[in-house]
Amino acid sequence: MILTGADIVVETLIEQGVKTVFGYPGGQVINLYDALYTRSDRIKHVLTAHEQGAAHAADGYARASGEVGVVIATSGPGATNLVTGIATAYLDSVPLVAITGNVPNSLIGRDSFQEVDITGVTLPITKHNFLVKSIDKLADTIREAFVIAKSGRPGPVLVDIPKDVQTATFPYIPCSVVEKRPQRVAKGDKISKAVQMIAEAQKPYIYYGGGAISAGISEEIAALAEKIDAPIGCTMMGLSAVPVDNPRYLGMEGMHGHYASSVGQDEADLIITIGARFSDRATGNVAKYARRAKIIHIDADGAELNKNINVDLGIECDIKDAMQRLIGLVNEKQHPEWMARIAELKAQEHEQFLRVTATDRITPYALIHETAKYTNPDTPIVTDVGQHQMWVAQYYPFKQVRTFISSGGLGTMGFGLGAAIGAAKATGKRTVLFTGDGSFGMNLNELATVTAENVPVTIIIMNNKVLGMVRQWQTLFFQQHYSNTDLHSRKTDFVKLAEAFGMPGYRITALSELETTVEKVFAEDGPVLVDVSIFEDEFVLPMLPPGGSIEDIITERGDK
Amino acid sequence: MERYVIAILVDNQPGILTRVASMFNRRGFNIDCLTVSETEDSQHSRITIALRGDNSVRSQIIKQLRKLYNVKEVKVMEHGKSVYRELALIKLRNNPETRHDVLSAVDIFRSKIVDFSPTTLCVEITGETSKIEAFIALVEPIGILEMCRTGVVAIERGDSYLNSETSL
Repeated sequence: MILTGADIVVETLIEQGVKTVFGYPGGQVINLYDALYTRSDRIKHVLTAHEQGAAHAADGYARASGEVGVVIATSGPGATNLVTGIATAYLDSVPLVAITGNVPNSLIGRDSFQEVDITGVTLPITKHNFLVKSIDKLADTIREAFVIAKSGRPGPVLVDIPKDVQTATFPYIPCSVVEKRPQRVAKGDKISKAVQMIAEAQKPYIYYGGGAISAGISEEIAALAEKIDAPIGCTMMGLSAVPVDNPRYLGMEGMHGHYASSVGQDEADLIITIGARFSDRATGNVAKYARRAKIIHIDADGAELNKNINVDLGIECDIKDAMQRLIGLVNEKQHPEWMARIAELKAQEHEQFLRVTATDRITPYALIHETAKYTNPDTPIVTDVGQHQMWVAQYYPFKQVRTFISSGGLGTMGFGLGAAIGAAKATGKRTVLFTGDGSFGMNLNELATVTAENVPVTIIIMNNKVLGMVRQWQTLFFQQHYSNTDLHSRKTDFVKLAEAFGMPGYRITALSELETTVEKVFAEDGPVLVDVSIFEDEFVLPMLPPGGSIEDIITERGDK
Repeated sequence: MERYVIAILVDNQPGILTRVASMFNRRGFNIDCLTVSETEDSQHSRITIALRGDNSVRSQIIKQLRKLYNVKEVKVMEHGKSVYRELALIKLRNNPETRHDVLSAVDIFRSKIVDFSPTTLCVEITGETSKIEAFIALVEPIGILEMCRTGVVAIERGDSYLNSETSL
């Protein structure tokens, strides 16, 4: 079948199982959009308000479903608008294929209209990228992009296609869905060493990150913890892989981690790390991190072993295979003293929690708790970045894997709304976005997409009229110099804004309104927004100060 | 910090050098020198990089290089098991008072004069980096007007190859 390059791109996407793409048309992708138009019964395109929103939507789609997300943009500004979205996906290892149009080959390098060297721009934020110079390699390049995006440690791949390649013609031969490249399995002696280290440990601690979600090992983590009698902690990126009602689960550790999880990790004598990368937000001061513990590190990416933290046993491997073999080989163990200590830490954490939440104002916890009454275990919970994100990470009762969708590594304010659209499209389920007035202000243009597509998104703005996370640092470390973090002068009425975009908006300003209004919000069928006033000096606690260690932990205001 | 030499076999495609060099830049690894050239197979190019760093830096560099899509092989060219060579062209003042010293140095270092004018002369010297640096130190007081160096290239001795598919 002889097709144009544009047709080949879309046929290849369909062939690779892509059902929904996100994007924005423009001069150098008109042909591509024509090919989408004639195949709209086989592939759905979601038009966003801005390419950044499209990139975050494709990312949210991928995080919620585990499938490769696809975003399309035109050359020049279209392509550069994807950059933050691609970097977000790169830092969180999300499989994404970004397709950009470019000026025809004959105009490349001449600073033509809307020409940008997007492969150059995205070099450090993609797993790999391609400039497809001739049509004979087009279909295979797109297939290869999918292979790279989903193999090993997943990540974004960009394919830049000059316009003349889109208009040229070439035979198209359909292919099946490409497979991931097989990952090497852990060597037997490494697994044996891990088994031995676990046998010798008195205070083992299982510690997983986002790699556990990519590898689909929720059950294996729980099974290992059960067999060796260990608590389970995670990074922020690992949230939702193990349900909060697992009695061994301590939640996330790190800068704003759960107290028992962070202290437990510090006191452990063996940390079994799975698919996590010891980021600075997770470790604090590396010199003081996990001083009492030996560390086993199991990861899909060998370059993560000994990168940030020197480990005692590093295993680059297929994580799922390694976990299954490990579970088969470890001896059952009991650590009653250790587990009693963990229970004690959890009790302390609960006391702290009661003190922090004992107030008659609307606390973030109260809002999250109220929301959780109306959500299901499989409801995607999306966040933006800042204090609200940490509160959701700390308090929302995640029950099912891939339900927490948040920008971890890059910490992209403005990620949430686009990602929520993607998550809702991927799952077909009502999706909840927790955001802040700061983050929401960055990309609220995507409300247009939400209402145009009638995406069932419940937008909950934790509105403190400040850039709360930076303000918290200014309070603690900058003598309360609130430099450019006070938003009280903004006149934005989020309820009217919602109405202007064609969706209902609600407002909650007092605790007494919380229950009744949240109920009304969740009675809405389509997209809905609720603006909830919270206290401007609500802190995210506990907090390990940047570069600090567990001794520096702040658990209450006035601690430091 | 120890200096070591890494040989990298990459696909012979445009932009590969940028990908490799960019990785060093963004991970904060410093390169002493870098060369890139054709190989016995037109599909591949060979990049040789000399750098300094401790073992953890060295191992991180190798692992990060292996993650790059177009990188086929990465190998440390161990000093005792490899031949290192570098070439330098060095332009010196040609005046009667120092000419004799220069010519003796050229002779002792088994280098050669490749250009000779009334005011300047140019020396070509090849060898290991240490030899070239010794020569430079010797002629520096005479006055080096201009210098360029190729950077080190390296190949393993005997029946060892960068490309793991190669055999006798």
